[in-house]
Order: sequence, then C-alpha cells, then structure tokens
Amino acid sequence: MSHHEHREEEARVRVSVTVNGTPHMLILDPRSSLLDVLREQLAFTGAKKGCDHGQCGACTVHLDGRRVVSCLTPAVQVDGHTVTTIEGLSGANGALHPMQQAFIDHDALQCGYCTPGQIMAAVACVHEGHATSPEQIREYMSGNLCRCGAYVGIVAAIEDAAAKMARS
Amino acid sequence: MRPFTYSRADTPAAAVQAAVAGGAATRYLAGGTTLYDLMKLDIETPRHVIDVTGLSELAAIDTSGSSEMTFGALARMSDVAADRRLVAEYPALSESLWRAASQQLRNMATVAGNLLQRTRCAYFRGGEPFACNKRKPGSGCAAQDGIDRGHALLGGSKSCIAVYPGDWPVALVAFDAAIDVLGPGGQRTIAVEELHREPGTTPEIETTLQPGELILRIRVPVTSMGFKSTYHKIRDRESYAFALASAAVALDLDGDVVRAARIALGGLATRPWRARKAEQLLAGRRLTTEAARAAGDAALEGATRGHDNGFRIELGVRTVADALMIASQRGQP
Repeated sequence: MSHHEHREEEARVRVSVTVNGTPHMLILDPRSSLLDVLREQLAFTGAKKGCDHGQCGACTVHLDGRRVVSCLTPAVQVDGHTVTTIEGLSGANGALHPMQQAFIDHDALQCGYCTPGQIMAAVACVHEGHATSPEQIREYMSGNLCRCGAYVGIVAAIEDAAAKMARS
Repeated sequence: MRPFTYSRADTPAAAVQAAVAGGAATRYLAGGTTLYDLMKLDIETPRHVIDVTGLSELAAIDTSGSSEMTFGALARMSDVAADRRLVAEYPALSESLWRAASQQLRNMATVAGNLLQRTRCAYFRGGEPFACNKRKPGSGCAAQDGIDRGHALLGGSKSCIAVYPGDWPVALVAFDAAIDVLGPGGQRTIAVEELHREPGTTPEIETTLQPGELILRIRVPVTSMGFKSTYHKIRDRESYAFALASAAVALDLDGDVVRAARIALGGLATRPWRARKAEQLLAGRRLTTEAARAAGDAALEGATRGHDNGFRIELGVRTVADALMIASQRGQP
C-alpha cells in the first residue's frame, strides 16, 4: 500500500446504519452522500438524484422517521440511525402502501422520476399532521418538484391516502 | 469535492479545541444544508470537518421561561417552527422558520446553522470564471455589472452586493435576540444584530465570530409584542423560495395607536436589517395604511438600485406596510 493509499484508508469512517430494517456496517469516504451510498453501495435505487443540491426533493428518504433530502445528508451522519427508502415502504407481504396505491389511483405521475421522493415526502407529510387541507398539502409538499406538472394528481392522492392512513 | 478529515466532537469544549488545532481550513458541520452543498460546488473546501451533531446538550428548546426563551444551537428548524408557544405568542418567529426552505431541509438544518447560512448569489455559488470578492478576495464582483435582480439594495458596497438569504435571523433581530458562543477564550454573548457584517471592503468576513467560536444557543427575550407579529415574505413563487423582500414586524398597540414597533427587513440587504427609523416614525402615531406606508418608505431609505433590482424598493416598502397591517390584526386585543 502506497503512502497516499494509506492516508485515504485512514480518512475513512466506519458507519453502522439500519436501512429498510436491515443493519449495515459500512466503511465510508466522508465525502459520500447518503443518496450515493443508498444507490451505489446498497442498491436501493428508488431515491433519485435530481439536482444533488437539496432543491428538488427527488432523493427524499426518512431518517429516524423524519423526511430529509439524502443528497445533502453526509452519509457519515447516519451512524447509529435508521433510514427508510421507498423500497422499505410496502408491507412484508409486498402490498403497496396506501400512499403508493393513491398515486396510482390518481395518476399522480407522468414520467415517474420524482415519484419515490414525492411518496416518501407525502407519507411524512401525513404523519406530521400537515395534510389536513389542499392548501396545507401544497405548502408542506413544496420541496418536491415535478417537472411533468402532476401536482393536481399528487395533491388528490395525498388527500385520499391521508384519510385511508387515518383509518388504518 | 476535496478530501477532508472528519471527526465527531464529544463536548463543545472539545469541538472548539479541535477547531483551533485545525486552523482556518476547519469547519463545524451541523445540518450540512449549506456547508455540504457548498463543498459539492468546491466553494467551501475545508481540510477538516468537525461534526457537532452529537452534542445533544445543544439541542434543547426551552420556551417556558418568564424572562427569555432559549433555543439550543442544534435544535432543528422544523421543531422550533412547531413550538406551541412560538406559534401562539410569537407568530413572526414561527413563520420565519416554516416559510423558509422545505420541510425536508427544515428537518435537517439547525437554528444556529441557519444564522450562518451563506448567500445564494449566483456569482458566489457559480465559481470560476465569475469574479467574487467573497469567494476569492480581490477578484472583483461579477454582480455589479451582472444580473442583479436578486441582489442587495441596502448595505452593499463596491466589493459585494450579495443578499443575506436567511429569514429566522431577521425575525430574531426584530426581537432583540442574542447568541451565546464558546471560543478558545471562553464564552461570550453577542446580539444577533451584531453577528452579521456589512461587506465593506472585506466581504469574505461575514460575521463577527472569532476563529473557532461555536454557537451554543439562541436567547430571545420574552415580550408581549410577540402576539401582534408576523414574518411577511414575498417570493417569486408562493412557497419554497428565497425572499425578494420580507419583513419581520411586531407591534405594541394601544387601540390603534402604536406604543412601540419592531421592524426588520429580509431579502433586501447584505445582512439582517433592523429599520429603527421606521420604528421611531410609528411610535405614538395611529396605525393607518398611510402611516404603514410611511414606515415602509423610512425602512427602505438609502436603498440603492442596480440594473434589474429597482422594483424591489417599492416591493420592500409595500412588504413592510402590509406586514404592519397584518400584525395589527393579530393576537390579544
């Protein structure tokens, strides 16, 4: 091992994280974003890289149950924490989450690239109690952009799923 | 992104010690929403990063006090925005938080990190080939002859007209808030109004923090003026955008006569901008739409227009006037 490689090895950081219910032990370059680690090391490609600067919301995941943008989350900061991605949202039997079903029912997407981030943000929006009116949904979903402009369907899907999530 | 060493601090004192040992190329990392973003752009190039998010003693929110409320440096924007006392008694403080960024970012960003959010000036963020005295001292300011629609009308200089982008610090300035900071020489307290510098000839020096100083908490004096307050934010789109103009306003009214007013501007200046002259103009006067407008004019006094941003002078005047009327309708009679 060259001196340079040795220094790089020293700079790496050990991170223990639970993703979608499974614990992982990772040795990371501290520059890595959570998004890149999820997609490229753990093969959870549901979270999408849109802007990579926290402006579009396509990479939204849950960190300890709260929504965050994984592109601006240094992966070293999830040590000891729990991450849920779109792949971890459905039940053990593979049944769709009510929010996923509502997005299908309301045509809440066109190309689908922003959809995993929209759905993860929407589930959190309901859990936070911020989905009580169309106006409130629009305000609290404003961090998720949809270039196809499926916003009407997205708001309808969240209203629908919020009612179903409250009953279940 | 440039390589850096990463360490986690166990205590505030250890964080400061590590920062001093690391020298100028060291940064504290909290929510990361500004720093990590700018590191991706190679605008911030620290060699050492000290993660302070493990300092759980700095995350407490205490709004139960009778003389002041305290917000630990690491409290998250979303949690402070939802604090019941702030929502009920200090709507301007709560609104300044939930009208900033997105819920995802507010779940990440800390209330102290938010104070140190850096400008969104495209010439600063864009890197080479754009000149930027803030990014590279002495290189010039591309904004002066560039697209300055979003640039500062107040507090600018020939060296820099970058707008200070934050909202929460604007509301904090209106409420006379202070911060406790820990540095190599011990702890001290600074008024939030004294934290940010105007650019002058040294726009690269943005705050009055000394090397290694770490913000511990934010302190807001308790006041009944919070009831009649608002953070009014005008943007290109209704949500999830930086302010074109904003105003944090709080009123003490006797009927419709102003006993005291607090006014601070956001989105218009190079730093959070307290408008004391406008406050004094209102004291003892009936709050009419004309008086509110006059206060707006006084708040924008001295505004300097560039090529594309002149419309924001009138916008700023009206933002202040509207904020005053909104605040006057709020809270206890």
